[in-house]
Amino acid sequence: MNIKNLADLRRIKEQVKSETSSRRENETQIIVGMGTCGIAAGARAVMMAVLDEVTKRSLRNVSVMQTGCIGMCQKEPLVDVVRPGEPRITYGNVKPEDIPRIVSDHLVNGRVVSDLVVARL
Amino acid sequence: MEKLARAHVLVCGGTGCSSSGSKIIIPALREKLQAKGMEDEVRVVETGCHGLCEMGPLVIVYPEGVFYVRVKPEDVDEIVETHLVKGRTITRLLYREATTLETVPGYDKIAFYKKQKRYALANCGHINPESLEEYIGADGYEGLAKALDMTPEAVIEEIKASGLRGRGGGGFPTGLKWQFTRAASGDKKYVICNADEGDPGAFMDRSVLEGDPHRIIEGMAVCGYAIGSDEGYIYCRAEYPLAIKRLRNAIAQAREAGLLGEGILSGKFNFDLHIKEGAGAFVCGEETALMASIEGRRGMPRPRPPFPANSGLWGKPTNINNVETFANVPSIMRDGAGYFASQGTETSKGTKVFALTGKINNTGLAEVPMGITMREIIYEIGGGISDGRNFKAVQIGGPSGGCLPESLLDLPIDYESLTRAGAMMGSGGLVVMDETTCMVDVARYFLNFTQDESCGKCTPCREGTKRMLEILNRICEGMGKEEDIPLLENLAKSIKGASLCALGQTAPNPVLSTLSFFRDEYEAHIREHRCPAGACAALIGYTITDKCRGCGLCKKACPAGAISGETKNVHVIDKKTCVRCGECQAKCPFNAIDKS
Ligand SMILES: Cc1cc2nc3c(=O)[nH]c(=O)nc-3n(C[C@H](O)[C@H](O)[C@H](O)COP(=O)(O)O)c2cc1C
Repeated sequence: MNIKNLADLRRIKEQVKSETSSRRENETQIIVGMGTCGIAAGARAVMMAVLDEVTKRSLRNVSVMQTGCIGMCQKEPLVDVVRPGEPRITYGNVKPEDIPRIVSDHLVNGRVVSDLVVARL
Repeated sequence: MEKLARAHVLVCGGTGCSSSGSKIIIPALREKLQAKGMEDEVRVVETGCHGLCEMGPLVIVYPEGVFYVRVKPEDVDEIVETHLVKGRTITRLLYREATTLETVPGYDKIAFYKKQKRYALANCGHINPESLEEYIGADGYEGLAKALDMTPEAVIEEIKASGLRGRGGGGFPTGLKWQFTRAASGDKKYVICNADEGDPGAFMDRSVLEGDPHRIIEGMAVCGYAIGSDEGYIYCRAEYPLAIKRLRNAIAQAREAGLLGEGILSGKFNFDLHIKEGAGAFVCGEETALMASIEGRRGMPRPRPPFPANSGLWGKPTNINNVETFANVPSIMRDGAGYFASQGTETSKGTKVFALTGKINNTGLAEVPMGITMREIIYEIGGGISDGRNFKAVQIGGPSGGCLPESLLDLPIDYESLTRAGAMMGSGGLVVMDETTCMVDVARYFLNFTQDESCGKCTPCREGTKRMLEILNRICEGMGKEEDIPLLENLAKSIKGASLCALGQTAPNPVLSTLSFFRDEYEAHIREHRCPAGACAALIGYTITDKCRGCGLCKKACPAGAISGETKNVHVIDKKTCVRCGECQAKCPFNAIDKS
């Protein structure tokens, strides 16, 4: 690595900032239910799909989080999307293939993916 | 592209947490994550010091920022299974406030951190100190890039405008020192970073070097550019092996990236650094002794002038600054002088890092704005006095400093106010003492240190401190004489006035300040052969009262065999054989042993 000027420094900085974005709790969050029920229903594959998608799109100000069982076990895997100032949306029976849609439509563009919604808080 | 890690687990790898076990936790975490197939999802990062060393090893889990304390290898499974898999906070590992006993989940909510302003320590504990990229990610080297776009004179003006003063003890204005060195004539000039950190109990500089080594390199390079120097030395004590290792690593990275060496940032400025390991003598922190030591000579001070700015290392103009001084430079250059100058008091700008030790709940490292009161540091950041005891005094400024009593707790701290109160800022060591500390003994402790560390070159320091120490020893042993107090004061005056360097010039300070605030304790030792704090072994005695049930535990505990008595009868202590260790009192289940 050879750093020639301020622009080089800024470029590296942006890259590191996106790699370390998980050292902040961001207001925009995508949360996967990872209780025993969620994991049994395939939440790990869903989580991996979320991480792939967030990486692919270099989303910098998003926190990927996990939570325990919330009592809707028959609808697991559950995925919640939180955007500042908007209601929290819960998606149910989520499959890894659904993740690109949830991320691009809702997380990034704010359009709720109605056919997968099971709850609004 | 590397997959985004959804969680980062930051484990403190500073010297404090390493010695309490973080070195085992890091591999254990990695192993467990691997076993769960989560090694790509969760990143484990070893960081520098977070300052709350008392509570180590510290583990912080992001994105939530949950702060776990005193983590043991046995806790690793639960952190992975419960927190990282299921997203549940583990309450029993959370930090508990010393004052309220409430658990606090988040880093930023802990009282220890709330009052702090982390400026020099901004990155410590938050980045991986072995990664140049992470330093750059935290705005690193932008200050240098900006400086290289300015004229050296403008850089010096910026430092002057910030009001930055030397953090190594003297408090000399940094910009002015740079200006003197720039103005000195000579084709070769040097930059030196003083990382000797000799004050007992101080570890501010070590934490910066271990936790954020690139910051020092950047600060020194800015200085090199400003004064017209192409070569620098970091003088670091060999007792700081981790700091030296991280510095070496950082220097190699900076060279490879073109941030040190020839044509820095593809411009015309050349600058490179060496590390010189010192053997840890206190006097080698004094700038002229330090330079003698780098040159390979015995570390002894010489009279000034000439000052290093005109004739320093190998007779060349040299600018020497402390680690924390350099640590402030990159952000001042990057953000401009304004923010720094807006913090602090009229004469002392910015923040200062203090090492909190002694009888206080949260021992550790705290960076606070100048002008804060001692009460805020001790009670709000430090969590108050440990074991529910009462405050007696705080020692500030190390062996050159003094003790402040309760009545001065609300004094806003800056260079001038401390000097006026008979103490001094020094390098930032704070030792808190409670009612069980004897102030004569404290003065004796510090004088013993300076006496031991005196290099012996000048007579007032070499002989004078020895005589003062003899007097303090006899007072603590109950053999002090009425004329000892004026004699101490007299000696102190001569030593202060006639010593060659600040080691001798300030050595009597701990005695003078305890004499001015705690003279009654000296008098009690001398006139009544009594140590009011009950700390001086020669002046206390133990007696067994009639509460004794004759259990015999004290007899077993006594290392000197001074206790006799039949089972179920009141025991007695033989005053002549008793070594006054207090073991009997600690063991007695009936509170039957009195100390007087
Ligand atoms: C006995 C003695 C010990 C000293 N030890 C240190 C030390 O460990 N670290 C330090 O930075 N300055 C120490 N100093 C102060 C240095 O001589 C010098 O003033 C300082 O490095 C200048 O840097 P600054 O202007 O950034 O504070 C010591 C001075 C004396 C007299």
